[in-house]
Amino acid sequence: MPLKPMLAAGVGLLVAGLIAFALVNVPPGDAQAEYGDVVINNYSDDAGMRPVVFPHWFHRIRFRCNVCHAELGFEFKAGGNDINMLKIFDGEFCGACHNSEIAWGVENCVLCHTGMPGMRTRVHHSTSDRLVAPPSAKGQ
Amino acid sequence: MKKSDRLTLFCVVALLVGTAALAMAGMAVTGLAGTKKPGGQAPVVSIAQADTVNSPKKKPSAANTFNRLMKKPASAPHASPVDDGIHDPENSGTHLLQWPTEAFQNLPGTNDGNRVDWVTALKEGAIAPRYELEDPDAEAFTMDLVIVREVKGSMPDVVYPHQEHTEWLDCTNCHDEIFVPAKGENQISMAAILLGQKCGVCHGKVAFPVTDCRRCHSKPKSVEQLRALAKRSAWPAKDSGPKKQ
Ligand code: HEC
Ligand code: HEC
Ligand code: HEC
Ligand code: HEC
Ligand code: HEC
Ligand code: HEC
Repeated sequence: MPLKPMLAAGVGLLVAGLIAFALVNVPPGDAQAEYGDVVINNYSDDAGMRPVVFPHWFHRIRFRCNVCHAELGFEFKAGGNDINMLKIFDGEFCGACHNSEIAWGVENCVLCHTGMPGMRTRVHHSTSDRLVAPPSAKGQ
Repeated sequence: MKKSDRLTLFCVVALLVGTAALAMAGMAVTGLAGTKKPGGQAPVVSIAQADTVNSPKKKPSAANTFNRLMKKPASAPHASPVDDGIHDPENSGTHLLQWPTEAFQNLPGTNDGNRVDWVTALKEGAIAPRYELEDPDAEAFTMDLVIVREVKGSMPDVVYPHQEHTEWLDCTNCHDEIFVPAKGENQISMAAILLGQKCGVCHGKVAFPVTDCRRCHSKPKSVEQLRALAKRSAWPAKDSGPKKQ
């Protein structure tokens, strides 16, 4: 094969390959989660259900923090409320609204239990996720 | 090596790399590649190989990369639930969820967090979240009291507005568990905030992130404060040698 066409073919393929590679390889993982999404997985995985994903952005368009964190008594801590299905059926926590009156009811398991299996309980995209090293409690 | 030899070698490498990159892209599309590698890794290595063929430059060792600790910035904001990495696309319900891009399209923006200016959205009536669960018309119990906290050093002072907070929150959300309600009686530092304490209970998690420095540090230092600051510094030094404090 003469040199010039080979060079053209080689460079062409290289460029095409690099472009295709760059397009396909969007980084995966939780870097894409919406700010404030809370994964709750104290019990779900062990019970064979997907973890729960709670979207703050969606709910705060409809309710102020006051409703959940004062009236309904949710503590400001991911996983810190010991929520389970019995409490939800009884109208506590998510069940205060997901009761087919204010919002769709608990029978819609697949709308709350939407998480990737195995994810740990936490709030996503927090500023502390970005720290290279966590600050020490003593450091000022 | 002769010049034409080197050129041939380059052509062959380019052909090989190009084919490999295309094949890998194809594999990733069809899901054959298994776990996706972070973008661009394979071609970067290949270019370095081509480099060593063309020039005597050595490939830098893994110990001497350019950014050692910097985390990869999130690419596009607001991924859809189907590909945000935390919702399981295999779950049928995932496909029924609303996309943030749809909900946010007419809301005032910021550069970080949800990229929504929630304070302005509420003020302008772009959203009308309920203050009470049962009563859609209940008014928020607000208080217009601004607390200015003088900040050590050069950063502008912190302005804490009760009005904007009590539009969303109840007094008991902060008093007395996070802050005792007395001006200046609470020890607050940036380290505590970054650890998720004090203002950091909400900021950096749900309310706008801590990286948005100027939204809290919004009151420029007064001339007197700046003079005091300048006095403490060794610049401009009139006499040589560092000043003792
Ligand atoms: C409104 C949201 C919501 C809906 C709808 C919902 N769950 Fe849950 N569920 C939760 C939350 C929150 C938890 C606590 C998660 C944890 O800590 O792991 C939970 C926990 C669980 C658990 C483990 C704890 C326990 O109580 O045993 C099981 C099992 C479970 N859900 C099954 C179901 C099933 C089955 C359905 C449908 C009939 C359902 N869930 C519907 C929110 C929901
Ligand atoms: C519809 C109910 C609801 C609304 C409205 C709501 N939250 Fe939450 N919030 C939750 C739930 C549920 C959790 C997770 C609790 C758990 O995992 O047990 C949570 C957790 C949190 C956390 C803890 C995150 C962590 O792990 O450190 C913070 C902070 C928070 N919310 C702040 C807010 C703020 C600020 C607002 C108003 C802008 C708000 N929330 C509005 C339901 C709500
Ligand atoms: C203060 C009331 C309230 C509470 C508490 C509440 N929700 Fe909701 N939630 C709603 C409303 C209203 C909707 C919208 C329903 C609709 O679209 O018909 C909703 C919708 C949702 C959605 C669907 C979002 C979408 O994209 O359509 C999910 C998921 C959800 N809630 C999860 C939860 C979980 C998990 C909890 C408990 C940890 C919870 N919610 C607690 C009121 C509430
Ligand atoms: C988001 C948290 C937050 C909420 C909600 C909040 N406060 Fe405060 N409050 C503060 C902070 C921070 C200070 C300043 C403390 C300091 O300077 O050490 C303060 C100070 C005060 C002070 C002392 C003022 C002074 O001059 O000494 C009073 C009184 C007070 N708050 C009352 C209230 C009332 C009433 C509400 C409800 C309407 C409320 N606060 C809601 C955070 C909050
Ligand atoms: C209990 C939760 C909570 C705490 C604690 C808290 N904030 Fe906020 N803050 C909010 C929420 C919610 C908003 C609304 C904006 C948003 O969500 O991004 C807000 C908004 C603000 C704003 C923006 C006002 C505007 O006009 O845009 C400032 C400034 C601010 N906070 C400063 C502080 C400071 C300083 C502290 C600590 C002394 C503090 N906050 C503690 C929840 C909190
Ligand atoms: C949520 C509000 C908030 C945000 C966002 C914020 N700060 Fe602060 N910052 C404070 C408060 C409150 C103090 C304590 C002031 C005092 O001493 O009373 C403080 C103190 C400081 C101090 C003085 C040292 C100390 O720890 O007391 C520096 C420097 C500082 N901040 C820098 C920054 C920088 C840089 C950013 C952005 C990366 C930032 N801050 C973002 C609220 C904030």
